[in-house]
Amino acid sequence: MSKLYLDPNQVSRARQAASQIADSLQDFILERTTAAVERTVLRLYGMDGVDSDYVPLPNVVVDHLKDAGLLAEGAARYVVNAVLQKNLTVQEVGALVAEGVLDLTEIPLADEDAIRAKADELACVSLERIRENRRRRDHYLSTLGEGPRPYLYVIVATGNIYEDVVQAKAAARQGADIIAVIRSTGQSLIDYVPYGATTEGFGGTYATQENFRIMRRALDEVGEEVGRYIRLCNYCSGLCMPEIAAMGALERLDVMLNDALYGILFRDINMQRTMVDQNFSRMINSFAGVIINTGEDNYLTTADAVEQAPSVLASQFINEQLALRSGLPEEQMGLGHAFEMSPDIEDGFLLELSQAQMAREIFPRAPLKYMPPTKHMTGNIFKGHVQDTLFNMVGVMTNQGIQLLGMMTEAIHTPLIHDRHIAIEGAKYVFNNMRSFADEIEFKKDGKIVARAHQVLSDAATLLEEVREIGMLEAISRGMFADVKRTMTGGKGLAGVVMRAENYLNPFETLLRKELGLEAIAR
Amino acid sequence: MSGEERYEPWNRRDFTNVRPYGDTFDDGVIQLSFSLPVPAGEEAAEAARQLAAKMGFTEPAVTHQHDLGENFTFVILYAKTQASVDFTKIKVAKVDSPRMSFYEVNKFIEEEIGRKIVIIGACTGTDAHTVGIDAIMNMKGYNGEYGLERYPMVDAYNLGSQVENEEMVAKAIELKADAILVSQVVTQKDVHIPNLAQLVELLEAEGLRDKLILVCGGPRISHELALELGYDAGFSGGTLAPDVASYVVQEMVKRGLK
Repeated sequence: MSKLYLDPNQVSRARQAASQIADSLQDFILERTTAAVERTVLRLYGMDGVDSDYVPLPNVVVDHLKDAGLLAEGAARYVVNAVLQKNLTVQEVGALVAEGVLDLTEIPLADEDAIRAKADELACVSLERIRENRRRRDHYLSTLGEGPRPYLYVIVATGNIYEDVVQAKAAARQGADIIAVIRSTGQSLIDYVPYGATTEGFGGTYATQENFRIMRRALDEVGEEVGRYIRLCNYCSGLCMPEIAAMGALERLDVMLNDALYGILFRDINMQRTMVDQNFSRMINSFAGVIINTGEDNYLTTADAVEQAPSVLASQFINEQLALRSGLPEEQMGLGHAFEMSPDIEDGFLLELSQAQMAREIFPRAPLKYMPPTKHMTGNIFKGHVQDTLFNMVGVMTNQGIQLLGMMTEAIHTPLIHDRHIAIEGAKYVFNNMRSFADEIEFKKDGKIVARAHQVLSDAATLLEEVREIGMLEAISRGMFADVKRTMTGGKGLAGVVMRAENYLNPFETLLRKELGLEAIAR
Repeated sequence: MSGEERYEPWNRRDFTNVRPYGDTFDDGVIQLSFSLPVPAGEEAAEAARQLAAKMGFTEPAVTHQHDLGENFTFVILYAKTQASVDFTKIKVAKVDSPRMSFYEVNKFIEEEIGRKIVIIGACTGTDAHTVGIDAIMNMKGYNGEYGLERYPMVDAYNLGSQVENEEMVAKAIELKADAILVSQVVTQKDVHIPNLAQLVELLEAEGLRDKLILVCGGPRISHELALELGYDAGFSGGTLAPDVASYVVQEMVKRGLK
């Protein structure tokens, strides 16, 4: 029963348009691969480490193949061929290429069936490791349990992974359910993943596989002590999107920011590149049981939250359809939205409530990620705490899945250790004190909240139909999302996009398609 | 009562001797909150109290403490100060040119400069947070004020995020910029300071520094800091396009940069 009396016809009208948008994007995506996708394949095979110039081995090997014009066939073909013909491990192949003593293009190709069989065999070993991580998480969840929803999500951002650990453990003891390690500013735009444990970063800490491992271990430790599984979140976005997904799958991350549109609009990443990257990254996240978070909330940091409400909903519909095409179950779709309207608006709370309730009803199984006020936060921390409190009220009144806690010092600095405590304490107060409020309330059928939801839904459906007519990529070019315009060939990372050859080989994609119940690619 | 003057310092304030006010004039009441890297308990409260005393406060009282875990303790503390300042001697560096509207700025450029002016802007260094520079420069602007791209008498170029200082200087030369706007949002560990300073050095090396107006802005930027770093002006949070444009055009005329 819809509390907002939403018209099911409008919802299916919007969903159908989004589905067709996703279909046409999917055709475009499946014709292409990228340097990042191919590096991901090598990482999934276990290739790790750096060369003498600190260039990660997956980059060295993929660049080697790209220079030879062979990337279109898939990096797996040439690396697995070397494994077969030279009796090496994947890691050894990487190391020898980096030393300059192995040229993958000169090794005669083994029989195609033999390459494919070996490629599958090795891929199955890696997938088993990811499966084991899922089992481990499930075990923790069934033995330790977890906090009630909405999950309390806080960030740590010291720049030093070891100091992050201290703050993360403290936050877990204070009641946090999800710890996100903010990345160092600018990591999304570097075309490789840094290596090893890092102790310096600006505005955050580099995402590296070793840092993932360190934080995972710490959160498991503190989770066992406090008797609650603590989820770990990172940022599967930017030029290394699918590599981060692979690293997260291998190190048992639980939540990943994962939204191509965010990178296109706010980091000026080339749309072809990141759409292709996103598809593969979401398949990995699906298989690893990772909840993805999408970035619709960010549209509202540049554009007006009241005006842009339909585009947020439209983007949620598109993200849902794209995620389904990567095999992601609805239970792992943390679609994003935010409490970003100006606090000066009369009845603004009603509009926020309307938007949040609408998202809840339209995506009933998704653990929606609800973002706190940021744009209208100021140096007045006392008012900020009240703004965050109203945000928390909407969260509990509309059964949000993941509540990214607002910090009263949002406009001033990355959270101090007690800022986090004050935020958690406030959220716990509201959630506990109003726990069953959502079950108790109905909305006036002819009231402002219901009327607003109907208007936004109808506008979103219209917007989606417009986007369907011109195509998603053209819609972005025209600035239809967040008022930002990006072109097909503009932005960073286009050079890493390659059309797939007829004999393209990506055993992980093929195996994951089977695992996730997606139809095998025709080619 | 007649003839005897009541003590009402709030009516006759001594601006040469000012201290904080809580609810009794000159009480000097201050509230502080901070965390100490020690386990919670009475010793933590006493440590906070002694720390406040060392800061020169009197009557420190811990009104609340909370165990943050990992041997950290959060305290809220009230205290009093005997310190005072002479308000009549306060000097603050401020951007003092009057703020003009969108129309006034364009008219001012037409009449006083007589040609379109070129303004380039970017988030420089590692900073990828373009919200501020976008609000100032992009066509749409922010909060009802058009951005500089909309100004008919301004050629505005928003170079985006993570622009290197070298590239900024090269663009300034290529586009013959009259003004450069630098946005810095990420200021953790003062990463913005060397970055802002480097741009000044590069402009000086190219002999450009005096030929253009150099402005920085961001939530943690003050006009005073900007001046210290060798900028002409600094703007903090809440600044809109007309604030920056008014300053730039008036400063150009003042400095004879036509």
